Amino acid sequence: MNASLHLKGGRIIDPANGIDRVGDLFVRDGVIVESLPKGEKAVETIDVAGKVVVPGLIDIHVHFREPGQSHKETIATGARCAAAGGFTTVVCMPNTSPVADSPATIAWIQERAASTACVNVFCSGAITKGIAGEEMAPIGALAAAGVVALTDDGRCIQNHGVMRRAVEYARQFGLPIMDHCQEATLSADGVMNEGEWSTRLGLPGWPALAEDLIVARNILLAEETGHPIHCQHISSARSVRLLREARRRGVPITAEACPHHIALTDSELKTFDTNFKMNPPLRTQADIDEIIAGISDGTITILASDHAPHAAFEKEVEFDQAPFGILGLETELALFLEILLHQRKALTLPQIIEMLTINPAKLLRLDRGTLSVGASADITILDPDHAWTVDKNATASLSRNTPFHGHSLRGRALMTIVAGKTIWDLENGFGK
Amino acid sequence: MTWQHKDLCALADHTPDELLTILNTAKAFKGVGERNLKKVPALRGKTLVNFFIEPSTRTRISFELAAMRLSADVVNISASASSLEKGETLLDTARNLEALRADLIVIRHKSAGSARFLAERLDASVINAGDGAHEHPTQGLLDAFTILEKLGRIEGVRVAIVGDILFSRVARSNIQLLTKLGAEVTLVGPSTLVPATFSSLGVRIAHSIDEVLDRVDVINLLRIQHERQRKEYFPSLGEYTARFGLTKKRAGMINPECLIMHPGPMNRGVEIDSDVADGRGSVILDQVTNGLAVRMAVLYLCSGGAPFAATSSEISS
Repeated sequence: MNASLHLKGGRIIDPANGIDRVGDLFVRDGVIVESLPKGEKAVETIDVAGKVVVPGLIDIHVHFREPGQSHKETIATGARCAAAGGFTTVVCMPNTSPVADSPATIAWIQERAASTACVNVFCSGAITKGIAGEEMAPIGALAAAGVVALTDDGRCIQNHGVMRRAVEYARQFGLPIMDHCQEATLSADGVMNEGEWSTRLGLPGWPALAEDLIVARNILLAEETGHPIHCQHISSARSVRLLREARRRGVPITAEACPHHIALTDSELKTFDTNFKMNPPLRTQADIDEIIAGISDGTITILASDHAPHAAFEKEVEFDQAPFGILGLETELALFLEILLHQRKALTLPQIIEMLTINPAKLLRLDRGTLSVGASADITILDPDHAWTVDKNATASLSRNTPFHGHSLRGRALMTIVAGKTIWDLENGFGK
Repeated sequence: MTWQHKDLCALADHTPDELLTILNTAKAFKGVGERNLKKVPALRGKTLVNFFIEPSTRTRISFELAAMRLSADVVNISASASSLEKGETLLDTARNLEALRADLIVIRHKSAGSARFLAERLDASVINAGDGAHEHPTQGLLDAFTILEKLGRIEGVRVAIVGDILFSRVARSNIQLLTKLGAEVTLVGPSTLVPATFSSLGVRIAHSIDEVLDRVDVINLLRIQHERQRKEYFPSLGEYTARFGLTKKRAGMINPECLIMHPGPMNRGVEIDSDVADGRGSVILDQVTNGLAVRMAVLYLCSGGAPFAATSSEISS
C-alpha cells in the first residue's frame, strides 16, 4: 500500500530551493515527490489554502533530559513539544546523566528516540569527558556512533589549550564544535545579567563580558584551525559585533539566537521569578536590538530554543538556588514570528524559515530542511498570523517552566508531518 | 496614612506614604520603650518566629524584643537547628512553621529575594530581616527614623553612605527609602565596590571620602570586611582606611551638626576611628534603640494594626 498525501493550494516556502509560491505539494512513501503517478489519487488530501507549507522546522539546541532526569522531560515528551511547536528535527545536548560522552550512551539515546520519539532526534556528543573541560571525550567513537556535533553545552571549556586541541581533533571527523560561551572567572556565581537590575536586586551578576571573551576566543580558534565553531545562544550586543566582524573576514564562525534573548530584558527579574532564570541570562534592550540587527544582517544565521525543562519543585526555590533554563519548543516559532516578522519587521517569512530549516541543516550536515523532490517528507504547516495565548498548562512537556505564560502571540504551527505522517495538528493534538 | 500589606520584603516595593506610615507608627511605639512597663497588648496571642538562616545577634534580638513588647509569643530558629540542615527546602520549612500557626515569620537568609519568595506563598506575614545583598528594610527604616528624629527632615538632607555598597543590603534599603523621601544620597567607596551601575538608582557616586566631607549632613559608615571573597575588590583594609576611613582628622573637617551612623557591628579603627564612634555626632546607639520602635511598628502594621497618625515633624520633637 502506498501512503500518499496531497497538500493542496498552500503557500509553499522552501528557502533551500528559493521557492515561495502558491501550489500543491505531494508526498508518497514518506518522501516529497514531484507528483503522484498518473491515475493515482492521494490517500489523503488536505486543503491548505491560506496556510503556509514549509520544510519541517529544525532546532539544534534542546535538552530532553534522558538519560537520568526523566522527571523533567523524556525524549518522548520532548519530541511531542517539538511536534506541537512545528519542529520535526531536533539535536539533543549531551549534558544528561550520564553525560553523552560515550558511544554506549549515544546508542542508548538513539534507541530511545527510535522507539519513543515522534520527531527526528539527533545527538550531539560531549567534547570532554563528563563535560568537565579537561580530558577529550572519545570523539572518533562518537563520530562513528553518529553524533552530528560536539559540545559541552551548559559548561564552557575554560582551558584554551584543551579547546584548541579538541577543535583540531574534531576537524578530521568533520564534526562542528558548538560552544556555550561563558568565561567562568567573570561569570563566577552570577545568576542574572550584571547591570542596573542586578544592582537593584542584589543578585550576583553574570556580565556580558564573560560571553564576549569566549566568543572572541572561538573566533580566533576557528580562524586558526579553519574548523567551524558555532556559538550557542548569543545574548550580548558586543558578541554580535565581534561575530559580524569575523564573518566579514570569512572566519568559519556561526551563531544562534534564542527567542527569550530577543523577547525579554533583565528587568523581568524584579519579582525574583525563577522562570526568568536561564543561562546565558536575559540582558538589556540594547542587547536585544543588536541581536535582532545581527539576525537581520546575516551575522546570526540560526534560530534555536535551548528548550530546558525543569520540574516545578526544582524551580520553586530561592532565586540563586534555582536551576537555569526554560521551556522553548512550543513557543519558539510564535515568538520569532511575533518579534521578527510582526513587531520589528526585521525579516521576511522566508528568511525566518531559512534560519529554522536549511541553515541549521547545513551547519550540522543533516539530510533535512528542504522540500526538494526525494527529501524526507518532514513538513510544517503554519499560519503566521494565528493569534493565541500561551498557557503553561497546555504544554506537552513534563515541566511548566515558561516565562511566557499569558503572553499573546501571533503565529503558530497548525500541523506537523514527519516522513509523510501527520503526527500532530492544532485541532486534534496527537490524538488523530 | 495607609498600610495594606501583610509583608515587608523590600522598601523598593512601597510608596513614600506607606514608608512614612511606618515611621510615624514607630514614633508612637518609641514611647513604649521609655516607660517602666515596656509592654502593650497589641499582638497578644500572636506567634512570631524568628527564622534566621544567617548569623545575627543585633537584628534577631531587636525583633525578639519588639515582639515581646507587643505581647507576642516568640520562637527563635537558627539554620543549624532547623531541618534545612537535613536538606529540607526553605519553602517546606516555612510551610511547617505556618502549619504550627506562626502568624509572623521574620526571615534572614543569604539569598536575595528569599523573603518575597516566602511572602508570595504563605498566608503568614513575612518580614525581611536581610536577604542576601538585596534589602534590609527595617535597617533602612531605623536609619531614616534616626535622621528624622535628629534633623527634623529627610527631604534635602545630604547623606553619604560609605563602604562595601555592592554587597550591602543596608545600602540598598537606605538608597530606596532616602531617595523616595527626597534626600540627596552619595555612595562612597572603591570603584569596584561602588560600580557605575548604581548611578541608575538616582544617587551620586564618589570614590574618595574627602570629596564629600564638607557637604554632608549624615555619614553612614558600613562595616567593611576583607575576607576571601573581597580580596579581588580591594587590596587591604589599610588601603581602605587610608582612603575611606572616617579618621579623627576627617571627622574634624565635617559640619559639627553632621550625624555619624553605623549599622554595626563596627570595626573600630577600620571604617571608623574609635573616638569618632563614641564622639560628638555619633548616633550609633540611638539607631539601635530606634530599631526596636521601627520593628514594633512593622510587626504591628503587618499584623493588620491601624496606623498611628503623626506628621513627620512630630517624630523629630
